[in-house]
Amino acid sequence: MIERDVLERVLAGAVRGGADFAEVYAEDKRSTSAGLDDGRVEQVTSGRDRGAGVRVVAGETTGFAYTSDLSEPGLAAAAAAAATAAKQGGGGVRTVALTPSAPHRPNTVQQDPDTIAKAMKVELLQRMNDAARSHGPEIVQVSAGYGDSRKQVLVANTDGVLTDDEVVRTLLRVSAVADGDTGMQTGYQSMGHTIGFEVFDTVDVEELAREAARQAITKLRARPAPSGTMPVVIEHGTGGVLFHEACGHGLEADHIHKGASVYAGKVGQQVASPLVTLVDDGTMPGEWGTLGFDDEGHVTQRNVLIEDGVLTDYMWDYLRARKDGRPQSGNGRRQSYQHLPMVRMTNTFVLDGPDDPADIVSSTPHGVYVAKLGGGSVNTASGDFVFGMTEAYLIENGEITEPLRDGNLIGNGPKVLADIDMLGDDFAMGSPGTCGKDGQGVPVGDGQPTLRVKSLTVGGTSS
Amino acid sequence: MSAFESELQAVADRVVEQARPGEQVEAFVARGGETEVRVYQGDVEHFVSAQSEGIGIRVIHEGRTGFAYAGTLEESAIAEVLAEARDNVQFGTVDEWAALAEPDGVPVTEQELWNERLAEYPTDDKIDLAKQLEKLASGTDPRVRVDDANYADAHGESAVASTTGIRMSGRENGCYVSVSTLADEGEGDDAETQTGFGFSVGRSPDEFDLDRAAREAVDRATRLLGATQPPSKRLTVVLDPFVTAQFLGVVSSTLNGEAVVKGRSLFRDRVGEEVASPLVTLVDDPTNPLAYTATDVDGEGLAARRNVLIDGGVLRQFVHNSYSARRAGTVSTGNATRGGFAGTPGVGCLALSLVPGTRSQEELIADVDDGLLVQQMQGLHSGVNPVSGDFSTGAAGLLIENGTVGAPVREVTIASTLQRMLLDIVEVGGDIDWLPMRSAGMSLVIRDVTMSGS
Repeated sequence: MIERDVLERVLAGAVRGGADFAEVYAEDKRSTSAGLDDGRVEQVTSGRDRGAGVRVVAGETTGFAYTSDLSEPGLAAAAAAAATAAKQGGGGVRTVALTPSAPHRPNTVQQDPDTIAKAMKVELLQRMNDAARSHGPEIVQVSAGYGDSRKQVLVANTDGVLTDDEVVRTLLRVSAVADGDTGMQTGYQSMGHTIGFEVFDTVDVEELAREAARQAITKLRARPAPSGTMPVVIEHGTGGVLFHEACGHGLEADHIHKGASVYAGKVGQQVASPLVTLVDDGTMPGEWGTLGFDDEGHVTQRNVLIEDGVLTDYMWDYLRARKDGRPQSGNGRRQSYQHLPMVRMTNTFVLDGPDDPADIVSSTPHGVYVAKLGGGSVNTASGDFVFGMTEAYLIENGEITEPLRDGNLIGNGPKVLADIDMLGDDFAMGSPGTCGKDGQGVPVGDGQPTLRVKSLTVGGTSS
Repeated sequence: MSAFESELQAVADRVVEQARPGEQVEAFVARGGETEVRVYQGDVEHFVSAQSEGIGIRVIHEGRTGFAYAGTLEESAIAEVLAEARDNVQFGTVDEWAALAEPDGVPVTEQELWNERLAEYPTDDKIDLAKQLEKLASGTDPRVRVDDANYADAHGESAVASTTGIRMSGRENGCYVSVSTLADEGEGDDAETQTGFGFSVGRSPDEFDLDRAAREAVDRATRLLGATQPPSKRLTVVLDPFVTAQFLGVVSSTLNGEAVVKGRSLFRDRVGEEVASPLVTLVDDPTNPLAYTATDVDGEGLAARRNVLIDGGVLRQFVHNSYSARRAGTVSTGNATRGGFAGTPGVGCLALSLVPGTRSQEELIADVDDGLLVQQMQGLHSGVNPVSGDFSTGAAGLLIENGTVGAPVREVTIASTLQRMLLDIVEVGGDIDWLPMRSAGMSLVIRDVTMSGS
């Protein structure tokens, strides 16, 4: 995308005023998306986003500027703006010598989406529409979306780092509306992977659509969710968002440094039930949060955050690791070249426990079984978090019974982690997610085995 | 956008001139810049200064639509975008209603959306504003720390042109300061931290009220210290203005003409019926200069206008862009939304507000025997289903007993359905606050809501 000698000159120019560090992050992304709604392919969209962000760090201050002009004058202008913004004093000439990193490609892309005819992409939507609608006469509306992108990323910095990476993403989503005597209900399914079109050799798109339809139809006979505190069982492969919110964000080093996390100062301490081992791993082949290098050019890796309930480490980006004089963990990420990097999760999941999932339900006399979770959010300082349930059932006498209407669950992170009293041996990864933080969204993955929280507040209306 | 002949208009015009016979072509061109300063402990933590630009082109041919965009205005890239949009047309399904907006003769209400003072405001003064705010918020209560203090501004200009005769350009700018706070209390296992935020927005920094922003950030963080989880019960809730604005944002999605024509609105067959308490008159009025999202024109280049959606509890109309209006057999209400050059217009309320009542929040609370003053809602995106109407969100606030506020509570949810909540509105406060959102806020009293706790 940009020649090495150009990068070296731009970086040297950026630190000429005496700054500690400068970085160029450049990306070139081509994307295709298609949407079907109300029986029609409404539109196919092609997009091109290309540009570079230049970051200059002087002491505790970061200056940042971006440009869509990748020529040497364009990059130099952005570097000058970032350097001015960082307002460094001092001076002196530094040369920058970049050493390309060995390639790190956790994903093997067989069918680049650019090489696939748009008609084949659109056809997937038609198939999902037909499958959802033919699942039952209750289905009155279906919307489906397809998206792919190929993003080339280049990172170079004054520490000599030079990496390039290519991230391919393929995404499919479908939502169905069912109508009945009790009003309308919705069902939703999605799948996303960091590989190409070959994903559809193994993913059954009709099944995805039928699943969304089934969910919506099931909820037509749902009763209001209960109100109050009770045991909650969460099905495997859907509850990763619980850990993402209950502790993931709280383990990001930027929150730790500012004393804005309930987990600050707790490394080495028991912060969760001994059943819980929590991992953030940016190298899992094909998963939604997988990258070769993070957005600061640091190779992604597998980081154990909680082991047998004991907090082992936080997640780190360049700035926070530098401040603590320790290595980065491959968690520096950004939404695009227009954004500053910060500490973010990749694929965050809990490892298998000892329990048979069937036993988890049968040993619960009364509670709620959550088959599908929606989104969530957390206040890292207080630890209070919420997450939505979009498919849930009552558990009565150890059996899953009636479906429940949508609602939120609310809990406090450290309390909920301690209250996990059963953990299944049926680990599964969940649906692709977009994690929002400080106005930036990045793709993340999550996963977990079936588990039980012995006490969680369910926000329904039924006493 | 405020009417202003932008040089971008020529870029849009040149694309439209290339339309082939039978083609409808629309070009939307935008350029903008932003400054963002974050201050922490008296130093600049980061300073962002950047410019961006781009173009989106929509082509409709024989009822099929194609779209493409690029984040650059280079001539060769624009040609590529037009070619891609044309190529994409063939994959769309024929839609008899697909067409671009046409000028409808509704006059534009001019707005003052460009402020020269902000455009010339010195950079060092912007940094000072963030530093001042940090100082104000950290100096008033020993329990309170500042997480970050920010100054941000943005300016943008855009132009749209189409083969159907739309030709409009404009520009606007705006700025805000904000501060996030942390309040600590207790030691060891009893240690507790709560968070708060405060902000002030303006067309120029001269309009900022830093004292109020700092005071609110301190109040929000400290008022929940010592909060506990109360037992579940049904009660009356009084929503703070900020929370009401969020609630109205959810309500607005049910009044969206696109959701109506596609059968996804729970109010789709209810025009002319009573859907809310008689106290509820809901108006979308982007021509009101007090609204943060005030605008002259909508995302398709039609004049923005005042629309009464619910009048005395009776549903009067939905909001539409030209496509949803055509399908519904009506005309656009000037409610096309556009998120930027990378997307095609959607439908949405632009500046929503309830017609305010007359009484203050204190007076409203004085009439509540058993209730909850909701100061925070969490998880509106995850626990509210605007299609079914199920409503459940995390909440925090103060209990109300016999007309006075008492103990703080946290880790509760409040739940009902959107349908019931609109009918259960007991009073609309007079304390209207034009917040930096698409909805204004005021205190709102809703009865018979379930609070879930221990």
